[in-house]
Amino acid sequence: MKIAVQREDFDLQEETAALRSRSQGIGAIVTFSGLVRDWHGDSGDSKVASLFLEHYPGMTEKSLRAIATEAEERWPVLDGTIIHRIGELAAGEQIVLVAVCSAHRQAAFAACEFIMDYLKTRAPFWKKTRDERGEHWVDARESDVSALDKWKIQGSAE
Amino acid sequence: MITIRYFASIRESLGLDQQQIELPANVSTVAQLVRHLSGLHGESWARVLRDGAVLVALNQEVVSKTAVVRDRDEVAFFPPVTGG
Repeated sequence: MKIAVQREDFDLQEETAALRSRSQGIGAIVTFSGLVRDWHGDSGDSKVASLFLEHYPGMTEKSLRAIATEAEERWPVLDGTIIHRIGELAAGEQIVLVAVCSAHRQAAFAACEFIMDYLKTRAPFWKKTRDERGEHWVDARESDVSALDKWKIQGSAE
Repeated sequence: MITIRYFASIRESLGLDQQQIELPANVSTVAQLVRHLSGLHGESWARVLRDGAVLVALNQEVVSKTAVVRDRDEVAFFPPVTGG
């Protein structure tokens, strides 16, 4: 799988075209792209001006590689692409892309969701939002941790 | 020497992103390292590093506080991750 941690935006069309050209026997491509939501807070009452994404260079790439490998071991995946952006991002911009291809759709759907669930709770990225009330770090969500249950892997470290 | 790195809200609370220290003779685990750093820098550090939600990575792998720290290791402290 291709793994990239970058400031630049990505192009969905280009990334799926690249996947099609570098693997044979593809019957399905599943893509997920995550965007900067423009509202947040408990009741969605605060308008986000921008988001800053910090990460742990080195460990980030290692942890994304580890999850890609685990997905490849669990499902008959042919290839894939994980791109995660860092730095300053405006509301509405793309943050993350996970694209997975396989011969049949089931493996691609499952592997794509698995990679996103893992990435949310394991890859060392941190979001800070900036809105009219100031700056604050985004809290981790319990629902992201419990999303791992369906894959029967342990939550974050003790 | 070991390298200690701090990220996100932990880095901001401590006002430090990275430091290198000689591994003290009485430190062999992450928990003992936290105790050492708290003793060195005082109560404010103890509060930040002893927060139960804090994650620790040893040579870029998340570990428990009982993990063994050796010379030339890289230890990192950070809050629960929020990417994606």
